[in-house]
Amino acid sequence: MTAGRTVSESAAAHPASSTTASATGSTTVSATAAPAATGLPAARLDWLPLALAPLLMLLAWPLIGSGSTWLTLTIAGLAMGMIIFVVSSGLTLVFGLMDVLNFGHGAFIALGAYIAASVLLPLAPWVEADSLALNLAVFALAIVAAMAVAGVLGLAFERVMVRPVYGQHLKQILITMGGMIVAEQLIKAIWGPETIALTLPASFRGAVLLGDAAIEKYRLIAVVLGLVVFLAMLLVLNRTRIGLLIRAGVENREMVEALGYRVRRLFVGVFAVGAGLAGMGGVLWGLYQQNITAAIGAQVNVLIFIVIIIGGLGSTAGCFVGALLVGLMANYTGFLFPKVALFSNILLMVLILLWRPQGLYPVARR
Amino acid sequence: MIRLLSGDTPRSRTLTVLLLLLLLALVCTPFLIPGARALNMAAKICIFVVLVASYDLLLGYTGIVSFAHTMFFGIGGYGVAIAMTRFEPGWGALLAGIVGALAVSMLLALVIGLFSLRVRAIFFAMITLAVATAFATLVSQLSAWTGGEDGLSFKVPALLTPGFALEDADGEVREWLGVPLNGKLFSYYLVLAGAAVLFLLLLRVVNSPFGRVLQAIRENDFRAEAIGYRTVVYRTVSTVLSAAFATLAGVLMAIWLRYNGPDTSLSFEIMVDILLIVVIGGMGTMYGAVIGTVLFLLAQTYLQDVMKLASEATAALPLLSSLLHPDRWLLWLGLLFVLSVYYFPQGIVGRLRALR
Amino acid sequence: MSERTASPSVPNAAPQAAPQGASHAAPHAAAPPLLRLAGVQTHIGPYHILHGVTLDVPRGGVTMLLGRNGAGKTTTLRTVMGLWRASAGRIEFDGRDITALDTPAIAQAGIGYVPENMGVFSDLTVAENLRLAARQGPADPRRLDWVLRMFPALKVFWHQRAGVLSGGQKQMLSVARAIVEPRRLLIVDEPTKGLAPAIIQNMIAVFRELKQTEVSMLLVEQNFQMARAVGDTVAVMDDGRVVHAGSMAQLAADVGLQQRLLGLSLAAHQ
Repeated sequence: MTAGRTVSESAAAHPASSTTASATGSTTVSATAAPAATGLPAARLDWLPLALAPLLMLLAWPLIGSGSTWLTLTIAGLAMGMIIFVVSSGLTLVFGLMDVLNFGHGAFIALGAYIAASVLLPLAPWVEADSLALNLAVFALAIVAAMAVAGVLGLAFERVMVRPVYGQHLKQILITMGGMIVAEQLIKAIWGPETIALTLPASFRGAVLLGDAAIEKYRLIAVVLGLVVFLAMLLVLNRTRIGLLIRAGVENREMVEALGYRVRRLFVGVFAVGAGLAGMGGVLWGLYQQNITAAIGAQVNVLIFIVIIIGGLGSTAGCFVGALLVGLMANYTGFLFPKVALFSNILLMVLILLWRPQGLYPVARR
Repeated sequence: MIRLLSGDTPRSRTLTVLLLLLLLALVCTPFLIPGARALNMAAKICIFVVLVASYDLLLGYTGIVSFAHTMFFGIGGYGVAIAMTRFEPGWGALLAGIVGALAVSMLLALVIGLFSLRVRAIFFAMITLAVATAFATLVSQLSAWTGGEDGLSFKVPALLTPGFALEDADGEVREWLGVPLNGKLFSYYLVLAGAAVLFLLLLRVVNSPFGRVLQAIRENDFRAEAIGYRTVVYRTVSTVLSAAFATLAGVLMAIWLRYNGPDTSLSFEIMVDILLIVVIGGMGTMYGAVIGTVLFLLAQTYLQDVMKLASEATAALPLLSSLLHPDRWLLWLGLLFVLSVYYFPQGIVGRLRALR
Repeated sequence: MSERTASPSVPNAAPQAAPQGASHAAPHAAAPPLLRLAGVQTHIGPYHILHGVTLDVPRGGVTMLLGRNGAGKTTTLRTVMGLWRASAGRIEFDGRDITALDTPAIAQAGIGYVPENMGVFSDLTVAENLRLAARQGPADPRRLDWVLRMFPALKVFWHQRAGVLSGGQKQMLSVARAIVEPRRLLIVDEPTKGLAPAIIQNMIAVFRELKQTEVSMLLVEQNFQMARAVGDTVAVMDDGRVVHAGSMAQLAADVGLQQRLLGLSLAAHQ
């Protein structure tokens, strides 16, 4: 997990082109750029929320007792959390940028999973092959296909469903919900209503042994992928012009337009990328569960909403922390107190909202 | 009559006619159409009218989207079911179950309302979704009390059981117009009368000064707050009332089915159905709940039969046939729902009223 | 950018060497106005705010828009920027009809906007705020130098989140953002609102320096001293209409007129 980074400014570089990471909503002071004046307000890195996940992991250890079980559960929790992050990251930006909450986001997840099935099943020989290269290839192909289709559908969805009801929250909720119902039914019509089983590619199966603990290989892959996505997002948000626009737009869309940028176009792009990410998450989730139904969208919906509320609508880092917390919580309580698993996440949400009513990293609003 | 309707008349000739016809049909169903299927449909219509109307209070009149409505419906059903299983299944137990369910519902609604109504609509919707899902999970976990996935079957007071019947001097079951006067009949009329009373009460609520303030808040909560109405209070009261009526609908449902389970009361499908009905019927009209429910339930049964024929007829084109498969009826209703939100936000009732 | 000690900005200093060359003191009376509003009406929801605003902003000069609270000044600026749609009337920028254009297009036409609430992006650094404003790519270093010389505080807080700046500094950032690239027209809404007198002096100096460049300005101000120091022409609004338009010199000289229009006199408002 990364936090804010300091960027030292090279002396010859243009001041306008250097930036510091503000994923967490604050920056650390660069020592070389400005004449060091005493009494400068020290920009504090808001690290408290970042400590929550490690804290939870620490708390769980004594409760679980066995180190190896703890490790297995933790990795499982992190993997699940990463997948949830991938799926929700687009949603939180879409909301932050344009105040649009897509209750139908789950549809892209389901779609991604089914597209993956359409890729993986015909290419079963590649899946079963003992070659890492072939396995990776078919895995990558499934992901790319899922993202592409979900992204395109995202564009269509935005145009047809979302655009006509900008600013009308009630209608947005209703329409996007309706969209999800229609999407779920369409999936059932096209692929059939039965559960489809997905098998992991051969090299992804099994577990690695770390001492006493058996860590499933696939979960490690999910964690790595999730980290890659997170880092990529941070990079884009903090080092590119588009990222700058998104961050500014999340805070004050009007002002960005008054500076001459078409935020609408940006939004459409973000929406499509968010849908694509959801599609990717669908693939990961489907392989994690090893089977898919049309209803996975609706199932994950609740978790996603909890995550983005915890994280703060519009904040990527908050979404990341929230997702990890939810993933860890679900796995720990699934082991310790199975009866209250889902409740634990709601309890988590309530506790966090009591602490920070706007979420972990509230985006400064206009 | 107008007093009975609290001054909220249908305001459309077609609508009035439809409503009267419906009322007549419901009252006479046992005599018009023999058989259990029709009676079941009629009872379900009565119950859902109340359920949807109570949701209209929340969505149409107060402007709040909540996904927890089925939770309150379920609490009503389970309240009765649990009371009738744990205690002697008599009228006392029934009353106890009803009161208990109402208490739980209203308290829960109060907590949800106070906690969540301070946040934006979208937060509220998401939180209700989470809470409802958690509740459903809880119910299936506490299977010792709730029967888990299988639900609870229970006995109802003797008067309402199918075995009970009015007998004449010879021990024969009395009949009237060819219909045996048994517990099923009494059950049905209890449900019908209960639903009617609850619906009229809802009309009373939305046409009272309270209801008018609700509508003002829905239109422009800023201004309402500025005038001096504590919007949070009104919204919370509305949430609690809506929950109470939904609970009572659940009670009726349990009494009719003599059973309650997660699939009949808590499933997300029911929540979706409620949403579809209230939007297609017409938000903020109350009568929309009536018309919408009838349309929806009739479609659910008979449309599927039609679709079955169509699907078989188009078997040559697999995709089309798949789209027309009766199990996919929700697809078409979903489309209708989306179109309604765009083009007929006033729903069927609104359309009828506009046509006069 | 080479390290240069920031010279404190001195009020009424001689005009610094601005990257643009020529300086004009008086507006070109003969040339057509850069911005022209004709009978502009604006409705916000059910409220009818502007009842037909007609005003001209001459090229190369500063037009002050004065008036009581609620007269419609901010609404006028926002309507020009396209943030609110005019329901009637015509807005012309350099001869081009911009009434129906959307905000990004209007901004791209060369209009810079400094809103009433400053609109700085708190979560972005000062550097990033300015970078965003430089649409054409990295800002011209000489111009940036010039801007930072006018607002030395920005250089000090260069890598800090804009949210930690004081009110006055945010105002400076907002103005700096609007001028970091050359614009043809600046629309500024109450730049001295809530500022301490010393900073107001600073602002006056900044705007005086800006006047030396080719930019035209439309300024809304409540502070008449600032208006008098900077403005060339003036338009006074009341009740959604322009009730007086003329030269600033004329208004400044006529105390009676001031009292009638603005309910104040120069002497009282120091």
